[in-house]
Amino acid sequence: MKTKTLKRFLLTLVCTTLTIALSACSGDKAGENSSQITIGIPQDMEDSLDPHKAVAAGTEEVLFNLYEGLVKPDSSGELQPAVASDYRISEDAAAYTFTLRDGVKFHDGSPVTAEDVKYSIDRCADTTNGDPLVAAYSHIQSVNILDEKTIEVVLDGPDTDFLAYMTNAVIPASNEHPDTNPIGTGPYKYVSRSPQENFVIEKFDDYWGTPANIEHVTFKVCANTDSIVMDLNGGSIDMFARVTTAQADQLGDNYQVLEGTMNLVQALYLNNAAEPFTDERVRQALCYAVDPQGVMDMISEGKGTAIGSSMFPAFGKYYMPELADMYDVNLDKARELLKEAGYENGFSFTITVPSNYQQHIDTAQVLVEQLKKIGVNADISLIEWDSWLSEVYADRNYQATVVGVDASALTPSALLSRFVSTAGNNFINFNNADYDAAYAKALASIEDDEKTAAFKECETLLAQHAANVYIQDLPYLVALNKKYAGYEFYPLYVQDISKLYIVEE
Amino acid sequence: MKYFIKKLISMAATLLVVSFLVFLAFAVIPGDPATAKLGTEATPARVEALREEMGLNRPIPVRFAAWLGGLLQGDMGTSYSYSMPVTDMVAEKIPVTLTLTLMAFAMMVLLSIPLGLYTAKHEGGTADHVVSVINQIIMAVPPFFSGILITLLFGLILHLFTPGGYVSYTKSITGFLGYLFFPALAIALPKAAMAVKLLRSSIVQEMRQDYARTAYSRGNSTRNVMYRHLLKNAMIPVVTFLGMALADMIAGSIIIEQVFNIPGLGRILLTSISNRDYPVVEAIIVLLAFLIIFINFLVDFIYKKIDPRIRVQ
Repeated sequence: MKTKTLKRFLLTLVCTTLTIALSACSGDKAGENSSQITIGIPQDMEDSLDPHKAVAAGTEEVLFNLYEGLVKPDSSGELQPAVASDYRISEDAAAYTFTLRDGVKFHDGSPVTAEDVKYSIDRCADTTNGDPLVAAYSHIQSVNILDEKTIEVVLDGPDTDFLAYMTNAVIPASNEHPDTNPIGTGPYKYVSRSPQENFVIEKFDDYWGTPANIEHVTFKVCANTDSIVMDLNGGSIDMFARVTTAQADQLGDNYQVLEGTMNLVQALYLNNAAEPFTDERVRQALCYAVDPQGVMDMISEGKGTAIGSSMFPAFGKYYMPELADMYDVNLDKARELLKEAGYENGFSFTITVPSNYQQHIDTAQVLVEQLKKIGVNADISLIEWDSWLSEVYADRNYQATVVGVDASALTPSALLSRFVSTAGNNFINFNNADYDAAYAKALASIEDDEKTAAFKECETLLAQHAANVYIQDLPYLVALNKKYAGYEFYPLYVQDISKLYIVEE
Repeated sequence: MKYFIKKLISMAATLLVVSFLVFLAFAVIPGDPATAKLGTEATPARVEALREEMGLNRPIPVRFAAWLGGLLQGDMGTSYSYSMPVTDMVAEKIPVTLTLTLMAFAMMVLLSIPLGLYTAKHEGGTADHVVSVINQIIMAVPPFFSGILITLLFGLILHLFTPGGYVSYTKSITGFLGYLFFPALAIALPKAAMAVKLLRSSIVQEMRQDYARTAYSRGNSTRNVMYRHLLKNAMIPVVTFLGMALADMIAGSIIIEQVFNIPGLGRILLTSISNRDYPVVEAIIVLLAFLIIFINFLVDFIYKKIDPRIRVQ
């Protein structure tokens, strides 16, 4: 008798579990009536939701939808007025005057005032914690409220590039916790987040500009990169930026794959202060031995753009495609240079690669093979991103590394400033007096032609002195469900969701 | 009562040691939470300012004492990465991992006890042989791999669930349980296989005891002998195993969370380790240690319930 009851109990339990499991499989789509999209992101935003403190490219590209500066970039990279409706640059390029746009509101409903703008700029220029949050803001002398709609930023000298840094977010002075309660002026507003799970935003109805099309947007953390194809094909996410060519090939018919460039300078970065890379001839030898096209063929079916200096095509007039041809593969020349430098029998070195970037690991593996041909033995050491930051980037305790360097703002100085010998982020220890002079000249010149020429000189110097072994601007593939359209590539790290719309069937 | 106090003291001491070890581990491994948070924007001055703000410039014993003091008041600090209280973060994720573990445990019990009894009763029969072969195979496959196989079979071929389609319990309880069903199965299978084997051999062994023969000679049916006489004795090693298995499952769920893309404690733990988000890591490890100690504690009591001859001491 007792056993019968037990049996019956067990049976019921099994049945109920199964029913629950199976009924759930029919799936429940939230918000059937309102438009929505789920976008996979490879990592959660672990640095900060505070736009001034966010540092990871992956965070900034999401926050682009929440925040705006006085100006903001459009998809061609041009700066368009945003929170400011108009701006005027003084003739000596040392003072910038902005007129605030009428009727711009924060997500909490309060209007944007000149005080908020001043607060946002001052906050990033503040040096009480050592360095300012935005390095370029150290040139700000004062921020003056001229009247309730006009604000003036005075610099300590001419800087024609400064407008690019005015894309920095305007946030309300009244918000005490910008890191947990993000409030901006962008087309989307923050709804909720769950660590390692998702980040949810929704359309901001009082947006001043062209409103977003899709109401609800969920950024879903898909930390397991191996399952991204499964997630896309299974329908749990509708979009994923930066799929690999191999992943793109596995996608079902309901997906479109859009191709752009990643806007990164991928290179074998060489520590110019570490043996044997102190010798320019050794660095040049590596350049002659490495074949960027071979790398692209191996890792991305030939997609990508070979580059020859720290500049990528999205920079338009500043980009010099000819530099990519400076070191065409020439193994004899490479061996000769090594011989001159006293490394007739080659040498060994270590390439330190952050373990979370598969494309850089793949590239490093191809490089190892290519370098073997000139008798140089490289071995790869994988380290966590965090250790990379402290050991390679901060302490510069490495020989070589493969990473991609992006531009934080759409000005050439964002890419080139780090190679000035005294720059705090000059992690390759590049030290060249000509370069320092050319860079200083570029910053000081007001005339656009002169400025462009000086920046180009910087790029050429980097290539000539083989600061690094430049490889490519990586291909950028976006997988997007065919239900949606309107994706736009930006020359910066940006996912502009407001432009996406649902295709009518 | 005395036993209780003794147990409590040893529990507290274990937790203290565990948490201190975690603190020490972080002091030894390379990487720094301030540089992790500042990324490529880190300058020495900003790193220093942030370290000061995070309180990392104090010596380890001082930091440990401060952390311990906070814990006693129910405050586990603030996450470096998420700027939110660790208690909130952990509280949000506990239901996920706990549900997954308990579901897996329930499946294990539901699968293994009936099967164990059946195979023991029909020892040497065809069913026994078939089950024991399947058992060997399942035991040999680690959960993360069976997880991948389950995803492939039930998710991609049979379409019984959407891989990666995790639904939060705040949104839909049925969707949540439904998604956890297969991950739980992946955790439960190898443990269930072991439990079946153990229960079977335990019963078979008891069957050869004198008291079993006596029970038969008194005219009891096999069924009666098994359920009324053998099972209680045979269960003792099984209970030990179940307790161990439950503790193991909590740890196992961390791996399965990765395979099935479930944002539970395990995911938070792993990312927090790589971000050097100490407060979160501390909290989760102490919590896991507590759960495991607590389960052992429960097992002791269940022993006593099953077999009054065992004196808890």
